[in-house]
Amino acid sequence: MEWRKLLAVTALSLSPLLAASANDELIKLSADAKDWAMPTHDYSAQRYSSLSQINRENVKSLRPVWTFSTGVLRGHEGAPLVIGDVMFVHTPFPNIVYALDLNHEGRVIWKYEPHQDPSVIPVMCCDTVNRGLSYADGKIILSQADTTLVALNAKTGEVEWSVKNGDPAKGETSTGAPVVVKDKVLVGVSGGEFGVQGRLTAYSLKDGTPAWKAFSVGPDDQILFDPAKTTVLGKPVGANSSLSTWQGDQWKIGGGATWGWISYDPKLNLVYYGSGNPSTWNPTQRPGDNKWSMTIFARNPDTGVARWVYQMTPHDEWDYDGINEMILADIPVKGTPTKALVHFDRNGFGYTLNRETGELLVAEKFDPKVNWATHVDLKTGRPEVVAQYSTDKNGADHNSEGICPAALGSKDEQPAAFSPKTGLFYVPTNHVCMDYEPFKVSYTAGQPYVGATLSMFPPKGETNLGNFIAWDAGSGKIVWSDPEPFSAWGGALTTAGDVAFYGTLEGYLKAVDVKTGKELYRFKTPSGIIGNVMTYEHAGKQYVAVLSGVGGWAGIGLAAGLTKGTDGLGAVGAYKALSNYTQLGGNLTVFGLE
Amino acid sequence: MFVRVLAVVVTTAALLSATQSGGRAGDKPYVVKDGKTNQATYNGWRRYSDSCLRCHGPDGAGSSYAPNLIQSLKSMSEDKFRDTVMGGRVNVSQSNQNVMPSFADVEDVAMYLDDIYAYLKARSDGVLDRGRPERFKEAP
Repeated sequence: MEWRKLLAVTALSLSPLLAASANDELIKLSADAKDWAMPTHDYSAQRYSSLSQINRENVKSLRPVWTFSTGVLRGHEGAPLVIGDVMFVHTPFPNIVYALDLNHEGRVIWKYEPHQDPSVIPVMCCDTVNRGLSYADGKIILSQADTTLVALNAKTGEVEWSVKNGDPAKGETSTGAPVVVKDKVLVGVSGGEFGVQGRLTAYSLKDGTPAWKAFSVGPDDQILFDPAKTTVLGKPVGANSSLSTWQGDQWKIGGGATWGWISYDPKLNLVYYGSGNPSTWNPTQRPGDNKWSMTIFARNPDTGVARWVYQMTPHDEWDYDGINEMILADIPVKGTPTKALVHFDRNGFGYTLNRETGELLVAEKFDPKVNWATHVDLKTGRPEVVAQYSTDKNGADHNSEGICPAALGSKDEQPAAFSPKTGLFYVPTNHVCMDYEPFKVSYTAGQPYVGATLSMFPPKGETNLGNFIAWDAGSGKIVWSDPEPFSAWGGALTTAGDVAFYGTLEGYLKAVDVKTGKELYRFKTPSGIIGNVMTYEHAGKQYVAVLSGVGGWAGIGLAAGLTKGTDGLGAVGAYKALSNYTQLGGNLTVFGLE
Repeated sequence: MFVRVLAVVVTTAALLSATQSGGRAGDKPYVVKDGKTNQATYNGWRRYSDSCLRCHGPDGAGSSYAPNLIQSLKSMSEDKFRDTVMGGRVNVSQSNQNVMPSFADVEDVAMYLDDIYAYLKARSDGVLDRGRPERFKEAP
């Protein structure tokens, strides 16, 4: 029982005083609407701001008030932080961090540029993105592309400590934002297309000392499961719950990367995050459920031990990573007030779970075109896969056609937002289908381990590749849906001003009415938006800010337009190439009402 | 297990066909008839999709991350293409962070480099459309 030993050691080394202080500071900061203190705005990842100066009536008068070029021309995901008078901006590789003075329209207070071996660049699947920084205890925490986790002095930019979290030579890289919980920094790893063994790792906030490491796949002592106490849908998970679902040693290169967002419930003392695809993309090469890839994890942040798990897509056959954000909200579910976790998965289902127990309450399609499964059985938790779209049943070297959604997912990492005022979720979505043909591949450390071909196109008869939707997670229904010409790949923001903001791949910042979805404002920024909209208050005024810089999976899959299915679309088909609308960039645009 | 065996057989068949019938018709590395390709060129698309797509975009069409290879092959020689794939390329400056790794040790690329080149050249010459190429029946 290796994990018990680990538990004891961790408990001993824990300093309760420090734990309390860092945690309280962050909770206080994120409760102050003037700041934007976390990558997810707050621990619940609701991305809701109680600021209301900019509202439904006056948002039409919004205008850019200052801009900042990051000097990097790659996909800009995530959002800056604002702590007091300082804004912290991150970039894709080479992962520059800027501290900008809000009292002087973004004058640079300090700049940190790490020296990283550029050989990490081609090991990053789908662009050199980075999803942002965390702040705690006077430090800015950055997880660099080469997996170096570094703590910078927030006042000076000097390195306080630095630790290596992975090995790019094995395909391990970093794109996700680290999160600080109590006295620890939690960080994931990328590399599902390179056969990594995904994991979440905790380091001491004080000095970077490793505290615990919880793999997504592998033996119980590596995944930190207690066979009797860790549950799945309310029942103990039992021994070897991951190992028994893999053939031989395949779990060692089994994927389950943890490149998404992390949220936290301080009262339940549980962190929530998801794991990505099992490696390879060829399902016939890895028989079994491949647990715990494609899984929602609830873990104790002090020990790493899993409280509950739920696998959304057993034995993935389509690359539907489960890493999208877990939004924590107390909402009525089918009439009962519930401590809910709401998750919009790549696989096209919007899941509502009890975040205390992991019980599955709602699983409904948030894009009506989703066709790979008819429904999810709420008792077993399993999707009912449609044979026609099963790339495993159809077998290797068979082209399975017309699967919705595409490997991009019905939604990727771009986070949704929740408004406690309407009780609804606001979700940027992809509306793209695919043909998928798996074939045999061999594994070479540090090299792509994919094994499938992919052709993407819009759903039959449709001309839009995305939607921005309002979702009722208590019933699993779309309330309204705004079509977007391209996948909506910018993260959403809701405010007490009854406005939802999001960014588009052409580069528009858009504001819509939370009640109706009616567009209230748009502005075309210098490049496509795959970053997340954020808001803050400075010197008594509310601002809205977003990073532009097209790229990521969207930039790779859509830059040159889609493969087919555009025949019936006439002129619309011709304009589907994103490169006709926007080019590379790296800009922060700050909007205000003055 | 059957699936595995089958996959091996298919791969072997692809190899054989590459050496037997995938050869060059005149100075062209590919064979395309009525928009359909031979097995070798088709295999090039598959291997491209496996190892190259995640940077260079679907069908060699380029992305926000790496160059459009349809354009590149209009001026790049076959030797230069082979050297670049096998040796990699680094172009890092103040405004550029382009790095292509060496694929010399990657079986699925090194073994099928002829096929990958044939596919991309067919695309570059404008004789092959985007998407999954259809194959014509080859003489056994």
